Amino acid sequence: MSDATQSGPVLAADGTPLKRSLARSLRVQKMRAMALIAPLLIFVLISFIFPIGKMLFKSVQNDIVEQTLPLTVQQLNQWDATTGELPDEALYAAFVADMVVAIDAKKHTRLGTRLNYEQTGMSSLFRKSGRKIKRLDPETDGPFKDKLIKIDKKWGEVETWSVIKTHSVKITNGYFLNAVDMQRTPEGAQAQPEDKRILIKLFQRTLIMSLIITCSCIMLSYPVAWLLANLPARSANMLMILVLLPFWTSLLVRTSAWKVMLQQQGVINETLVWLGLVADDSRLALINNATGTIIAMTHILLPFMILPMYSVMRTIQPTYLRAAKSMGATNWTAFWRVYFPLSVPGIGAGSILVFILAIGYYITPEIVGGTKGVFISNRIAYHISSSLNWGLAAALGSILLAVVLLLYWCYDKIVGIDNVKLG
Amino acid sequence: MASLTPISRKPLSFVLPTTAAFGAFLGLFVGTANGSGLTGILAGAAIVAVMGILFVSVIRNEGLSKWISIVGVAMMGLFFAGLPGIILGALAGWFFHWLTYWLYEGRYRAKLLPYLTSGQVLWHYTFRTICGAIFVFLITPILVVMPLSFNAQDFFTFTPEMLRLDPAGYSLKHYQDFFTNNEWQRSFKNSLIIAPIATVISVSLGTLAAIGLSQSHVPGRRAIMAILISPMIVPLIISATGMFFFYSDIGNWLEGTLGLPKNFVGYVKVILAHAVLGIPFVIITVTATLVGFDHSLTRAAANMGASPVTTFFRVQMPLILPGVISGGLFAFITSFDEVVVVLFVGSASQKTLPWQMFTGLREQISPTILAVATILVVISVLLLATVEMLRRRSERLRGMSPT
Repeated sequence: MSDATQSGPVLAADGTPLKRSLARSLRVQKMRAMALIAPLLIFVLISFIFPIGKMLFKSVQNDIVEQTLPLTVQQLNQWDATTGELPDEALYAAFVADMVVAIDAKKHTRLGTRLNYEQTGMSSLFRKSGRKIKRLDPETDGPFKDKLIKIDKKWGEVETWSVIKTHSVKITNGYFLNAVDMQRTPEGAQAQPEDKRILIKLFQRTLIMSLIITCSCIMLSYPVAWLLANLPARSANMLMILVLLPFWTSLLVRTSAWKVMLQQQGVINETLVWLGLVADDSRLALINNATGTIIAMTHILLPFMILPMYSVMRTIQPTYLRAAKSMGATNWTAFWRVYFPLSVPGIGAGSILVFILAIGYYITPEIVGGTKGVFISNRIAYHISSSLNWGLAAALGSILLAVVLLLYWCYDKIVGIDNVKLG
Repeated sequence: MASLTPISRKPLSFVLPTTAAFGAFLGLFVGTANGSGLTGILAGAAIVAVMGILFVSVIRNEGLSKWISIVGVAMMGLFFAGLPGIILGALAGWFFHWLTYWLYEGRYRAKLLPYLTSGQVLWHYTFRTICGAIFVFLITPILVVMPLSFNAQDFFTFTPEMLRLDPAGYSLKHYQDFFTNNEWQRSFKNSLIIAPIATVISVSLGTLAAIGLSQSHVPGRRAIMAILISPMIVPLIISATGMFFFYSDIGNWLEGTLGLPKNFVGYVKVILAHAVLGIPFVIITVTATLVGFDHSLTRAAANMGASPVTTFFRVQMPLILPGVISGGLFAFITSFDEVVVVLFVGSASQKTLPWQMFTGLREQISPTILAVATILVVISVLLLATVEMLRRRSERLRGMSPT
């Protein structure tokens, strides 16, 4: 280090200070890395992250009322629903003016559908009244208050107007309240009536069934992973194929296989009847209920538990067990105090993975779950494709996503994303 | 575990009760199937115990007694359950003979450590049996589908003809249906169009990004990794919902503003959606391969005057190819097996094979599904074999001992 005696910065071969030269080359390296990553990153951001963000925004977005009835909403803001008095003529006039425009653009039925989520009967109210309001002229036909009440007496009820007022805000917590079996009312958030409370139950069922599936996966995977980790490599590889084959087989193949196995006239019931273990008229109900979902999903998710457990157990030295035994531990003590604690990371990794996958499952519960074995995902799909209540679907999806991301964060803390292995 | 443990003959007072217990267990099923469980238990235990005495004290010839056992129990099977009973009976006969000698000669200890107590030996075999049962649970559903796909009837269950092994009970008509039915053929073709293109997109973009990610100075590597892996983490139903809204806007724009044909736009939407889903698998496998990649090789290539592009294709690519291919296979199978997203994003003309199976399972239950399932199992066996081969090759190339 003869340069060390010189004063001033260390120079690179081309005469620039070494520090700057290094920084430049580092920058070039970073730019090159980013240039390689950028196309994919942009692709994923635009076509995955952004759509999901937009979908999540739908869970609070509620500008349909204000867009369809702008004048009415202005008037409603001045009206106080708690007095129990009907709004005045100005509001009815504004409402008719808004409706005539909306009917022209055929938007009033959509608004009716939207409000129908909150109060049944709104959809038909808007549809039926729409036909008659169409004939009114907002300029000349006033006053409208009595006319509207004659068209449908619901327009003379305070409740109708207070529902419209409650849901006229642009950003609403209404969908999220609905998602947890509550509703947005003029008096704030309140619980839904008893008969409409199904979603909390569904969330609970999803969680409980995912937990049961995870536990049964642990119970079934532990012995298998132990065996695979302790057999000689050749036989372990052979047995590994039996684990990997289901893993690689199409999800629908496995689901249809379970449908074949679990039916009333299916393979399991037929075998049990043939063996005389079950009477012909009291065949087990294994499908279209929670049992079917649990059996099929345990089978489908089992490889996701076995593989992480196996990779952890393979690193545990068999000598530890022998050492424990040589020092006087019984078989059970040696296993419970030495082997099991070492294998816990594998159980943790596998459990979180299985739980994350189970909680968002859609296909298998849909096919083997009937009505009693479906998950929250099935409800989301129902709201997207059948009831078209997209806001509620988005709110349910946001809650599900939040749970999954939380678990994923735990997974990252325990295992690390970089350590995810496949096959 | 070497077979160094000396083995010795065991007394009949140990062998006979054990085999009799197994006999009683089997007898229970035969008994309940024929009316009386208790008779079955007693008869089973007695028959197997008598057989045991006969084999080891009277005949004293292992080969001969094996055939006696197999034929004898097969005859009993024929008597109780007809033709399928012969096969089950022959298996049971072989098993009881094997069990008797295994216990009598003390062979069960041959491969175990000499100092194990009887309790430990018992636990060892109980444990193996439990594991065997779990493996049966894993593999049975896949195996059951295969014979059922040759069913001559339109049932989802074994017909009496099939159980009698009557050739009339079997046919290829479900396969014929699959290969001639327009609906199935179109969906199969759609799958073959969508999956490969989606795979090519995710592999090419994913490999580049993985190479970028594996370099030493990447700002925000963890965040980027988390974003790129997110399609695997986010539940499919949420991804599907998000893409449903996004791609319907995109589709309207492509059709309306650019005037592209509707069918083409439909394929583009599904392919892009599937490409995103495949990306995490490519990223994970390729980065895992790159961890073992020796970066001095690229430096050596550069040192000898190769341009970065040449280095990539001539040095780096051949070495990471196994990882790229297995990532590609994962991406392929993800797309090939995907229902939820295509259900939401695609329209009827993009119906893929899994979609067709899904509607088949939910609405009109046609056994053609089982034929398709069997074909798909064969395909997945091939894919599994390919991935396994590549994994070994990659380990060999990287100088790791095969495990």
